Amino acid sequence: MIATTGATSPATPAAPAAAPVRPPLLKVEGVTAFYGNIIALKGVDIEVNEGEIVTLIGANGAGKSTLMMTICGAPRARDGRVIYDGQDITRLPTHEIMRMRIAQSPEGRRIFPRMSVYENLQMGAALDGGAHFQEDLAAMFELFPRLKERVSQRGGTLSGGEQQMLSIARALMGRPRLLLLDEPSLGLAPLVARQIFDVIRALNAERGLTVFLVEQNAFHALKLAHRGYVMVNGLVTMSGTGADLLARPEVRAAYLEGGR
Amino acid sequence: MEVFVQQLINGLTLGSIYGLIAIGYTMVFGIIGMVNFSHGDVFMVSAFTGLICILMLTTVLGMSSIFLILVITLVVAMIFTGLVSWTIERVAYRPLRGSFRLAPMISAIGMSIFLSNFVQVTQGPRNKPIPPMVTDVFVIMERDGYQVTLAYKQVIIMAVTAGLLLVFWWLVQKTPLGRAQRACEQDRKMAALLGVNVDRTISLTFVIGAALAAVAGVMFLMYYGVVNFADGFVPGVKAFTAAVLGGIGSLPGAVLGGLLIGLIETFWSAYFSIEYKDVAAFSILVVVLIFMPQGLLGRPEVEKV
Ligand SMILES: Nc1ncnc2c1ncn2[C@@H]1O[C@H](COP(=O)(O)OP(=O)(O)O)[C@@H](O)[C@H]1O
Ligand SMILES: [Mg+2]
Repeated sequence: MIATTGATSPATPAAPAAAPVRPPLLKVEGVTAFYGNIIALKGVDIEVNEGEIVTLIGANGAGKSTLMMTICGAPRARDGRVIYDGQDITRLPTHEIMRMRIAQSPEGRRIFPRMSVYENLQMGAALDGGAHFQEDLAAMFELFPRLKERVSQRGGTLSGGEQQMLSIARALMGRPRLLLLDEPSLGLAPLVARQIFDVIRALNAERGLTVFLVEQNAFHALKLAHRGYVMVNGLVTMSGTGADLLARPEVRAAYLEGGR
Repeated sequence: MEVFVQQLINGLTLGSIYGLIAIGYTMVFGIIGMVNFSHGDVFMVSAFTGLICILMLTTVLGMSSIFLILVITLVVAMIFTGLVSWTIERVAYRPLRGSFRLAPMISAIGMSIFLSNFVQVTQGPRNKPIPPMVTDVFVIMERDGYQVTLAYKQVIIMAVTAGLLLVFWWLVQKTPLGRAQRACEQDRKMAALLGVNVDRTISLTFVIGAALAAVAGVMFLMYYGVVNFADGFVPGVKAFTAAVLGGIGSLPGAVLGGLLIGLIETFWSAYFSIEYKDVAAFSILVVVLIFMPQGLLGRPEVEKV
């Protein structure tokens, strides 16, 4: 008896003991969200630790974008809690949530069409009070040289890829701790998509930026991410490390080999 | 020729006033897609505020410097009218945001009736005069006994309008506040995602529009020397016409539309019949809505995202 407990106990606590005791940077607990009477999230649990890249994959209409927006308070979660940096942000207005250094590059990019590239970036830096503006602007132009060439062009006239770069750069201008990216590769040429994934990887590795990434392009996203979640119909059905999920036959069948 | 120059001067003066009011319509429409029907009455309230302020300064305090009186009156009217407009937005429009599209407009019509009736009850239904203020005129042309005159007050109106428009343009184009305002106009949800307090920005839009209308109200009072509780309606609708003519949502359009409506009205009065000047102005509204719904400087809808 003593021998058996002695044999099992070191095996189970070994993992928690080694893991850092720090609470996750973002914790979504049992969150539900509705559009009118239609339920879009049915009780979602997700954690993102500081310094991680976490990806969320799932079919069209699964509720991925809704989750990204619900973290930012629009639509607001009906049940459950969103905890960021130890603080319950579920009931805060959107602009106050974003002022806690969460940034989102949302679905559809949402570039201000009648503002120049420069002004769009200024909008991103509004939270920073402009203190690091020139420095951050230079950094963005280095990351995306394309934006520098287009600096005075109106946002609405940029190509899809350029808008995507601008959307990410705009989100980064606020010096976020947590970056939410909703389908950054959507509609992009493979080469441009690759470039964007490289930028995400570099930001994470070099600056320790925490990234929560929604992707349709499951293969690239899972290769990039430390961990991943799979969402089906407003519920998280699977989670694991990127490599782990990539290896699972259900994931392969549904998101990798099935057409995409 | 002389008549023409005279009407040009008169038209530009009147048009400046319409333009200032029109900006309030166009900004509010731009940011929340609502026609603020009470804006004309806010303009009227500002003229009454100006009236009370001028009478207090001259009769109670015995002030005689026209310059000081005008500056103080403008500041008081801008602040008071701004507060009125801020309150209206808070109690009558904000609670209806997110409800069906017509609800805030109906609420605005209610506010319009409330304001004019309130002023009628508290200030009486008659024309209220101020002592003649700036009466000097320049004679800039004279032939066969017909004088073309440019009144000091016309110069003041055009100069104040031009100066204010420059300040306002700088505010909207170059300051973080103006940028946040334009961001909310183009994509409110994204603006919130970048940390912009959208409700506060909308409130500020109402306040700025009201402050410009307040300047128009004081100018109107100085120009005509009288004001009446019903004076919000016709200038309000004409300024709205100006905003539509210029392209609703467009700031330069509002100013251009205001000047055009002012010119059309005065030229029509001079060359055709003064009785039908309002008909002329409103016919333009109808014609523009039918043939050019996006207005002169409005943007085509294609660019909407
Ligand atoms: N603004 C909206 N109004 C009503 N229903 C919506 C709205 N946005 C999304 N939905 C619905 O919510 C569900 C989840 O959508 P979404 O979060 O966009 O999915 P995903 O990003 O995974 O493709 C879908 O059924 C979609 O039709
Ligand atoms: Mg989506």
